[in-house]
Amino acid sequence: MSVGLLSLIVLGLAVLGYLLGRQRALSAVKGDPRALHSLPSYYGASVALFTAVPALLVMVVWLFLQPTILETRTAALIPQENIAASGGNISLVMADVRRIAEGLDAVAARAGLDEAGIQAMRADLSDMRSRLAEVGVALGANVDPAVFEAAKTYRSLGNSLHSAMALVVLLAAALGFAFALWRISPQLRARNLVEQFIQVLLIASSLIAVATTFGIIASLVVESWHFFRLYPAGDFFFSTTWNPQFRGGSSLGLWPLVWGTLYVSFIALLVAAPIGLMAAIYLSEYAGPKMRATAKPLLEILAGIPSIVYGLFALVTVGPLLRDYFAQPLGLGDSSSSVMTAGVVMGIMLIPYVSSLSDDIINAVPQAMRDGSFGLGATQSETVKRVVLPAALPGIVGAVLLAASRAIGETMIVVMGAGAAAKLSLNPFEAMTTVTVKIVSQLTGDTEFASPETLVAFALGLTLFCFTLALNVLALVIVRKYREQYE
Amino acid sequence: MNDMRILDRDVSANTTKITARGVQVYYGENHALKDVDVDILAGTVTAFIGPSGCGKSTFLRCLNRMNDTVASARVLGEIKLDGEDIYDKRVDPVVLRARIGMVFQKPNPFPKSIYENVAYGPRIHGLTRSRSELDEVVETALKKAALWNEVKDRLQSPGTGLSGGQQQRLCIARAIATSPEVLLMDEPCSALDPIATAQVEELIDELRAHFSVVIVTHSMQQAARVSQRTAFFHLGHLVEYGETGQIFTNPRDPRTESYITGRIG
Repeated sequence: MSVGLLSLIVLGLAVLGYLLGRQRALSAVKGDPRALHSLPSYYGASVALFTAVPALLVMVVWLFLQPTILETRTAALIPQENIAASGGNISLVMADVRRIAEGLDAVAARAGLDEAGIQAMRADLSDMRSRLAEVGVALGANVDPAVFEAAKTYRSLGNSLHSAMALVVLLAAALGFAFALWRISPQLRARNLVEQFIQVLLIASSLIAVATTFGIIASLVVESWHFFRLYPAGDFFFSTTWNPQFRGGSSLGLWPLVWGTLYVSFIALLVAAPIGLMAAIYLSEYAGPKMRATAKPLLEILAGIPSIVYGLFALVTVGPLLRDYFAQPLGLGDSSSSVMTAGVVMGIMLIPYVSSLSDDIINAVPQAMRDGSFGLGATQSETVKRVVLPAALPGIVGAVLLAASRAIGETMIVVMGAGAAAKLSLNPFEAMTTVTVKIVSQLTGDTEFASPETLVAFALGLTLFCFTLALNVLALVIVRKYREQYE
Repeated sequence: MNDMRILDRDVSANTTKITARGVQVYYGENHALKDVDVDILAGTVTAFIGPSGCGKSTFLRCLNRMNDTVASARVLGEIKLDGEDIYDKRVDPVVLRARIGMVFQKPNPFPKSIYENVAYGPRIHGLTRSRSELDEVVETALKKAALWNEVKDRLQSPGTGLSGGQQQRLCIARAIATSPEVLLMDEPCSALDPIATAQVEELIDELRAHFSVVIVTHSMQQAARVSQRTAFFHLGHLVEYGETGQIFTNPRDPRTESYITGRIG
């Protein structure tokens, strides 16, 4: 019985439970719903929940655990010499086992074999490799009898575990169904029960987000720790050269990358913050309703353009333009990839973030503030400058810092606009690169995951995470400190 | 309403400050104010009373062109301040609002310090030349608004931290600081408790010495207590306008009588 069919059955049972539960509650009070504690539908819902939730939970847990149990049981069957033959790596042997087990099903279907027939197959008597190849399972070598036996066990154990799961899940559904239906009485607080379930659901949803965050941090920390065992932390944090060598002997200094990141982000914010803020002021304070209704969505289209498209724009248009009209005449370099290119294009990308958020924040400043200022004979721009902006300042700072977080994390525009050379330089028309770009370039390619050159990506990721976290905390502190100034 | 007889009804001057003739206001299709004629005298407190939605606040907001900030509002007719049409093209509404100050229904201090709140008007209009002069203006305004003694030790703390009544007096001080000729007050006590209301009312009576005050109020007792002249609005019409004592004791229009005796509104 497949997982899909099983869930359908459970859900069908839940629907049935809903109808029966409702019916039973109504008949218990002879059809007068006023005598019930809750609305009849809540009784139905309580039966449906008791049927579906435990059964589906059991299924999810079982599906998580089954592969692990299967692996450990089967791995025990494989003799040591087979593991040694494949370089001492059990996971390679297990991959073979899984593929053979899958192939066996196909072979059986093709030859019309039943379960006993499969059990009778022997790797040392027939040419299993070619038979498996016929059904599309290509193996690197002839099938070892021990591995083949393990595969047969893997398959049959998997099948029996699967049937057991179906049985247990159906049993859980039936038990829940019967229990919930049995305890329906007019006094049962079905409504509160459903309320509690909803609360648990909401808590679980928020826990998923929190747990994921912690999981990501944990994996970053663990991998970074591996890195620092292979590479001295002092060099990573204090060296000013970035020169990875995949043959070994690399110097992996953090600072050229951090400098590039900060430089590009700084230029991006220099472009995005004033333009975005002024656009927001225009839209919220000056523009008529018609203008606002057209301009705001148009501005937000900018936010919908994928960053790779901005990257192309940087590479093809902005880069050569800046080189021909600024860098070369000023004698600052002749590279079309530059910090300036990436920064300017990234700034354009961030304009809608700043403007859209600031616009909402400026609109949230009470009209009474503006009236008060107009009533004293202030002009519109005086009102904006002296009353509206100070009142909206915490929110605007938050918007800019949010944009800064995005700038720090941006990759594609930097690859295409600023190049990939790690450098410590003040010249904005020189090619530089950022942390994110180097994470990508260290992890792409066919390198093993055990050298400092690849593991450095995690340390870089952790550094980046700390930077954005610090920015977010800063934003939070600023907003907390100045919040509720008006009211 | 017994106290109205003991109040001094003297109108200190009989010169007309604002003349309104045939004022009509439309909000989109809605005809909010119909053909209003009013003369507001200098050195007088004039009260506008009437049920909700009768147009009294609308008319008040016409007097300093605050309706300009409402996109759908349209004002017809003629309003003259010292014989000068305020809806004339040559009149800058910004300058006009500096001459006709306004205090709003809900206290709306800016999220700045008490000092900066009061100094706001003088600063934007460049009324003072030095810091000490500005200090003096702020002090005078706060004293006139009867707030000085309560806040003189904490001028740098935020204006939003004051109590509701203090906030409203701060807003009055803020309006006074630009030294306007007329002060408009849109239900200035509706968000205040009785004690704060009494303080603001006392203040209004003192302010009469310096400006004409126009006050919109829902409370007839308040109108009777603070004003010398009263205008009664109903459904967008100005029903009756005259001496406060006469309006409350001997109204000419049956609608006014119904309203002040509590039968309509």
